[in-house]
Amino acid sequence: MNEQNVISMQGICKSFFLGRGQEELRVLKEIDLEIPKGQFVAIVGASGSGKSTLMNIIGALDRPTAGSYRLGGEDVESLDDRALSRIRNRHIGFVFQNFNLISRTSALRNVALPMLYAGSTRARAVARARELLELVDMGQRLDHQPNELSGGQKQRVAIARSMINDPSIILADEPTGALDSETGRLIMDLFHRLHEQEGKTIVFITHSPELAAECERRITLRDGRIISDERGFGHAAV
Amino acid sequence: MLLFENIAAALGGLMANKMRALLTMLGIIIGISSVIAIVTVGDSMTAGMNEEMQSWGAGNISVYLQQRSEPSQDALFDPDFSQDLDTDAYLFAGEPEEQDYMTDEMTVRLREAFPDQIAAVQMTEPLSAEQASRAGKTAPVTVTGVNDDYFAVTKLKLRTGRFLDHRDARGRRMVCLVSDRLTSALFPGQDPIGQTIDLTLNGQICSFYIAGVYAYKEQTGVFSFSGDPSTAVYIPISSAKYLNNAKSGYKELTVIGKPGVDIGVLSSDIDNFFARLYAQNRSFLPKASNNQDFLESSNKTMGMISLAISVIAGISLLVGGIGVMNIMLVSITERTREIGVRKALGATNGSIRLQFIIESVVICLLGGLIGITLGITLGAVGSHLIGYAARPSAAVILISVGFSMLIGVFFGYYPANKAARLDPIEALRYE
Repeated sequence: MNEQNVISMQGICKSFFLGRGQEELRVLKEIDLEIPKGQFVAIVGASGSGKSTLMNIIGALDRPTAGSYRLGGEDVESLDDRALSRIRNRHIGFVFQNFNLISRTSALRNVALPMLYAGSTRARAVARARELLELVDMGQRLDHQPNELSGGQKQRVAIARSMINDPSIILADEPTGALDSETGRLIMDLFHRLHEQEGKTIVFITHSPELAAECERRITLRDGRIISDERGFGHAAV
Repeated sequence: MLLFENIAAALGGLMANKMRALLTMLGIIIGISSVIAIVTVGDSMTAGMNEEMQSWGAGNISVYLQQRSEPSQDALFDPDFSQDLDTDAYLFAGEPEEQDYMTDEMTVRLREAFPDQIAAVQMTEPLSAEQASRAGKTAPVTVTGVNDDYFAVTKLKLRTGRFLDHRDARGRRMVCLVSDRLTSALFPGQDPIGQTIDLTLNGQICSFYIAGVYAYKEQTGVFSFSGDPSTAVYIPISSAKYLNNAKSGYKELTVIGKPGVDIGVLSSDIDNFFARLYAQNRSFLPKASNNQDFLESSNKTMGMISLAISVIAGISLLVGGIGVMNIMLVSITERTREIGVRKALGATNGSIRLQFIIESVVICLLGGLIGITLGITLGAVGSHLIGYAARPSAAVILISVGFSMLIGVFFGYYPANKAARLDPIEALRYE
């Protein structure tokens, strides 16, 4: 196993058991996946391909039924809820399609929140949140609440929030899905900038082949298996 | 840190849903405010009554001359019965003679026997006069002969002149102490000291020099009397006995204990004292009594009433708590997605639980504080209406604050735990 890899999965399976008859539904079948530090990876696949389930496992929201998963050097499978919370807090920066900012809470406090969950002091968390909001060009809107921000602005705040605990990976689930194409473009550019200038590892889940084509690597899922793993793409679209 | 963040979030949530927050808190507000209002009114009433009783001499010991109970002769009488009747007991069995009376010498010896316990031994002799007159003007009065110890312990405030003293008594002087209400009626704009007033006593007019003037105090409370109040005129007891043509010695006297003295113990000491002095007297014996017991039982009754009403208010508090629990469950369902997000960001089950318990406590505490404010106000108004000074109890207020927090924790725990155990994936997917 290569310790350079941020994500290291071997033989990950995930099954759901439905109904009284406990009928097994195999969603992920023997997934092997290595993602090195600093890579910008797109995971594509049609709906029902197991994409979301894989994302939940990568994001430590769910446990695999079988297989081993190391994230940032830590074994994730068979951890209890408390340990999974800690893994999510330290190693994963979530960016959602629907932004999922905490309502009635300022941009600054939204960004600072994961650092408070990590046990930091308020002053340090707020200072770090301010830096990150400036990094994503939201320095002018620190005290705005989510309902006072546009979709693109909300997603910038969400991206700043995903980075506050300096996670091993940023896990972005359709981050441009709820945005118009122009705003989506700006968000994609922001990801490229974070990747190139900050050296962030980004796992980007999408069903858009065009956006996936911009990433260094494109992993395609179908019926719970990886059917292709293509490398050598570049940030050519800009 | 997170605590501050949680409190700020809870307050923000309340502000965003003001009407809902108010309705949620209503049960707590009503419960807390009624407990505090009732306890305040109850306490004020008890304290006010106690004070009135004190001013009537609740801490005093009355010593009455009583017929000795002789079982052979008094088989008709229940001994407890005759004891309870105190003053009236001797009416059933003959009047005491002059040689049975308590004497001035005895009062002196009584004081000497208990110098550290007794503040004063007071004797009074009522007179029949009902009005005082001067140059055609009249004022209603009650006239009482008192010994000089009467002024040793008194609530009377001297305005001008002096209290009556032992020389007045020894000299059987025709001097008096009157109220400023009386002097302003009879001597408007004049210095009353040294002036005389006329009292009609037993058919003859007697003139008294005014030695001193005390400040008249308006009566308040449920035991006060309405109408033009008679003001008290005090004259030396020796003069009063002379005018009444009364026997020397006393059928009754009042012993006033020094502050901090146990009235019950002093009562039995006085009983023992007189038992020795009256060892030779077969018919009569002075008995000490005090109304400490009556005061205690009246306090106990008030306490019971307060407790009963507080229990009812407590039930409303319980209903209020259930209301809070209900709204917390609603709030958690509405915010399922937020809970999912928080979990994705690294919130542990414990921090989600803490967040919602704090929210519940904030609701209850805020309701409690509003309830306390309302309760103190209602209690003050209620106390005022029945004529006593309001005395909000600090203990009850502190208990209320603690109790509202407890309700918050108790009724917040179940919803908070439900929130904490949500599956993050399900919660994130929740629409």
